[in-house]
Amino acid sequence: MYEKIMVPVDLAHIDALEKSLQIAADMARHFKAEVCYVSVTANTPGPVGRTPAEYEKKLTSFAEAQGQRHGQPSGCKLIVSHDPTADLDNLLVKAIEEIGADLVVMGTHLPHKVDAVMPSHGDKLAKHTKASVFLVRP
Amino acid sequence: MENKTNHDPSKDPTEISEGVPAPEGAASLIDTDYVIGQDNYTASPLGISLDIHGKVFAISAIATLFFVVLTLALQNEVEPLFNAVRTWLTSNLAWFFILAGNIFVLLCFGLILSPLGKIRIGGSEAKPDFTYIGWFSMLFAAGMGIGLMFYGVSEPMSHFDAALAGTAMENGVRTDWAPLGAAAGDTEAAARLGMAATIFHWGLHPWAIYAVVALALALFSFNKGLPLTIRSIFYPLLGERVWGWPGHIIDMLAVFATLFGLATSLGLGASQASAGLTYLFGIPGGNVTMVLLILGITSIATVSIVAGVDKGVKRLSEINMVLAFVLLLFVLVVGPTMLIFTGFFENLWTYVVNLPALSNPFFREDANFSQGWTAFYWAWWISWSPFVGMFIARVSRGRTVREFLVAVLLVPSFVSVLWMTAFGGTAINQFIGTGFEGVREAALELKLFAMLGELPLTEITSFVGIVLVVVFFVTSSDSGSLVIDTITAGGKVDAPKPQRVFWAFIEGGIAIALLLGGGLVALQAMAVSTGLPFTLVLLVGCYAIIKGLLSEPRG
Repeated sequence: MYEKIMVPVDLAHIDALEKSLQIAADMARHFKAEVCYVSVTANTPGPVGRTPAEYEKKLTSFAEAQGQRHGQPSGCKLIVSHDPTADLDNLLVKAIEEIGADLVVMGTHLPHKVDAVMPSHGDKLAKHTKASVFLVRP
Repeated sequence: MENKTNHDPSKDPTEISEGVPAPEGAASLIDTDYVIGQDNYTASPLGISLDIHGKVFAISAIATLFFVVLTLALQNEVEPLFNAVRTWLTSNLAWFFILAGNIFVLLCFGLILSPLGKIRIGGSEAKPDFTYIGWFSMLFAAGMGIGLMFYGVSEPMSHFDAALAGTAMENGVRTDWAPLGAAAGDTEAAARLGMAATIFHWGLHPWAIYAVVALALALFSFNKGLPLTIRSIFYPLLGERVWGWPGHIIDMLAVFATLFGLATSLGLGASQASAGLTYLFGIPGGNVTMVLLILGITSIATVSIVAGVDKGVKRLSEINMVLAFVLLLFVLVVGPTMLIFTGFFENLWTYVVNLPALSNPFFREDANFSQGWTAFYWAWWISWSPFVGMFIARVSRGRTVREFLVAVLLVPSFVSVLWMTAFGGTAINQFIGTGFEGVREAALELKLFAMLGELPLTEITSFVGIVLVVVFFVTSSDSGSLVIDTITAGGKVDAPKPQRVFWAFIEGGIAIALLLGGGLVALQAMAVSTGLPFTLVLLVGCYAIIKGLLSEPRG
């Protein structure tokens, strides 16, 4: 039913991702789909990489490690932005189209009143894409 | 209370053994064990997520509050103190500011001409993030947009006035404010001298100050891989110690200077805009109008901050660029066109001829001018430099050093010359040609409107003027909040949005509190006082730039 699953990941907070990574892998096995790990990073030095190239290297090996661990085809895509905080949602929507994903699996926080003013990335993503979105609560 | 960002290699499947990777093409990274954000405190109280450098954020926030409360509570005691500090600094250390300014200009020219100019910010293969127009608009809007509106007419006029009046002596000390040897009674010479002195303050020197900070930051961040905060400039000097208290203090100083510089300008800008509204629409000025203006500017800035760099500050800067250009074109066409064109080259020439004398740091006969104007300006530009420099650095990745310096130093200087010639020249010409006294007599914040009042379509142009003032303030407040947020987040540019909004509100809040409490003058003195320690930061920056560039691969 699904052919390509997109999983947005932030390599700086890998421990918070464990649940959605597992779910994505299980679904990929079930649908025989490919998983694509997508990251958005700033062009300035950050915790994961001092340069976008360094981040990309880590993302690639992360994707490979995930693929081997779950025994399924995996890919990755790095998006470089000069203002990731503001542009994240739009960039992810664009990435869905670019990689041709039909399912997005991503972690999100519990619903909260603040969401009315500042919706979560998952909220916004679901609003702007044709792909199915699976929001994983912690 | 410190909750270190997870970076345990044993738990992290992404950690791979590696040499120093190339960023994008050749560049030479600095190898440090410091992980960006390792000292950060992350939490999400009430569903609002935070990612801040605990010490820098907490101490700057507390010090800011403490300072505001103190200034308001002990206004009568504090104001003379700050004014005394400011006077002492600009009169006793004028030579230091002026000398440092010259060093910055010489360094920039040296780099443009040297083979080091070929090095690309962000690695030899890096691609620019912004188009020339977007990049240039942001450079300009962040750097001096508002000042050009305010001083474009008033400063040439002031120098012209002082120069025309000639020198005055009292007990062997010059008491006049004229630049250099003045030009008593000679309107032509006084006009030229006034323009040259103004261009001196708005030309190469301020932009060299910005360029030094911006280049140092960009180099150590994009090429060397250090976090985008002021402390990174000190890495060649302090080494790993920049991640400890010496670095914290440098960053706090930067936050302090930026915050107070911005709040002061926000307050002053509100008084200008409100004066303009009174002039144009007869809206009563006063505190209520100004508080509403600050609230308005802050809310527009908040919307722009939330929209991000691309959709917020870049778009506003471009709109403002177009508006400013239209206004300039209008003055060019409707004003004395030929005079402005010939004046442009004449003023440029007078500037070049007088540059050695104007920038001479020692044995100045025109003490009032060199201390009260030049040294004051230099301290002011320098106290703004962490903010403008950091913003320029952030949007300049992918340019070569030469391209960067030409764009940050030469192009804006030429635009300043043209702007000053058009606005100041027209006003001076109104006086010389028709004996119009309106501009001379108008209050400082009304001089622009008085000049426009003599040209046709005055309602429209004055309104455009007010809009420009307001939008320039929005872009300043917006980019300032971005910068403070990055510094207080330990160099992270992807910290959560609420932090940016927080700083924008703080800026507006300080401006309102001090406007109502009457502490703005003290604050301006305070902002200028931060110029002294920052001059040292900039001198270190010069050393760091040369050292950093020399270690970059060339060719």
